[in-house]
Amino acid sequence: MKTKPKLIDELGMHRTLTRLAHEIIEHNKGIESIALVGIKTRGEFIAKRLAERITSIEKKELLIGMLDITLYRDDLRAKLKQPILKGTDIAFDVTDKNIVLVDDVLFTGRTIRAALDQLMDLGRPKTIQLAVLIDRGHRELPIRADFVGKNVPTSDNQEIQVRLKEVDGEDSVLLIEKV
Amino acid sequence: MPLQSRHLLGLEGVSRDDIQLVLDTATNFREVLERPIKKVPTLQGKTIVNLFFESSTRTRISFELAERRLSADVVNFSVAGSSVAKGETLKDTARNIEAMKIDMVVVRHSSPGAALFLSRVMNANIINAGDGTHEHPTQALLDMYTIREKFGKLEGLNVCIVGDISHSRVALSNIYGMQTMGANVSVCGPTTLIPKDIKKLGVKVYHNIDDAIRDADILNVLRIQLERQDRSFLPSTREYHNYFGITKERLSKSKKPITIMHPGPINRDVEISADVADGEQSVILQQVLNGVAVRMAVLYLLGTGN
Repeated sequence: MKTKPKLIDELGMHRTLTRLAHEIIEHNKGIESIALVGIKTRGEFIAKRLAERITSIEKKELLIGMLDITLYRDDLRAKLKQPILKGTDIAFDVTDKNIVLVDDVLFTGRTIRAALDQLMDLGRPKTIQLAVLIDRGHRELPIRADFVGKNVPTSDNQEIQVRLKEVDGEDSVLLIEKV
Repeated sequence: MPLQSRHLLGLEGVSRDDIQLVLDTATNFREVLERPIKKVPTLQGKTIVNLFFESSTRTRISFELAERRLSADVVNFSVAGSSVAKGETLKDTARNIEAMKIDMVVVRHSSPGAALFLSRVMNANIINAGDGTHEHPTQALLDMYTIREKFGKLEGLNVCIVGDISHSRVALSNIYGMQTMGANVSVCGPTTLIPKDIKKLGVKVYHNIDDAIRDADILNVLRIQLERQDRSFLPSTREYHNYFGITKERLSKSKKPITIMHPGPINRDVEISADVADGEQSVILQQVLNGVAVRMAVLYLLGTGN
């Protein structure tokens, strides 16, 4: 494996998240009835950071929840390693809320499909929007993001690695060539 | 990190890590059971047969709910009206069912070892839902889950199993599982209903219920199996109640509150008085709810592992 230079460094990530926070507020004309839902693992931390920024801009708390989509995956049967359940934690009623799903990388769209199905089982949101740090293309389902940190066209033998302080000790996005 | 076995036949020899994994996984399914739509698509396309050679209400319904809430296809088989009544052997029943392409079998049978036998003649994942007087592992797992939910741990707790230990598969699975998790397990009952060799399993034996209550954090009260009393293990159920029945008065002698568990079905005012069964310290209905979550966890771990 060969690691290329960073696509995003710490400062870059800081700026990107700040821009995404502003875009979410602008698009929704405020934060009434908005809830952020992070997809575990890294989406959870990105959602928390976005929530902090939005709160400091709007001076209002907003709802935040976490989704573990494992039980809704379409590849459970084919999985070589059994995924560990990390738990869903959404302590509010999603019905009539404007939900902003948050994940680190948008790739095939299958994770988002699973998240949409799970959200629908929890209630009937008014809208569901999608915010991602990186969109790397290669969609296999008709899914797109509403808020994108950075578009990164990739090839099949490349991998995007999002590293976050909370889990990986640093903030960066790397493009990795699989050999 | 999957379970070490493809089957759940009993808790004897099951590692602490595996029990921990089941209990942790069950926490996630408890959350699913609180949702407006209590169903996830996880076992879509899997077919599960509930093979019940012995009558059961609670366990069968609990398994069936767990299976349906994981979106599995469920087939129920009970002896009445089946080919077993026509003399078919267990092996032939198993082979015939397997020929219909099923993935998992939940089995209850009056013979100890029936689940183990099936695991040898079938390719499906086998879950023991009670084999004679041997084991009933999912009951013990849900008992442990319920204790952990209330106390936050199992280690160091004093759990006393009260009643008919000789005929109880719940007792045996409880002893194996809870000892593995570090609880101190004891039993209490009349000498006729306690196996002679039980001390070899490292459990303390009480014959006086007041002594047992004095030492216990949790009483797991077993049903007096009226259907098995024809061989005069007890003079009468009234006498049993007088000597071993769990009553408010007896519990009031304890300095600390004692958590009351019961695997059901309850014989009110035989092994437990009605006010205790319905009282504040009783977690009997939590056990029932947790049973569905724990069984979902077992089905998930066996059904999606390799």
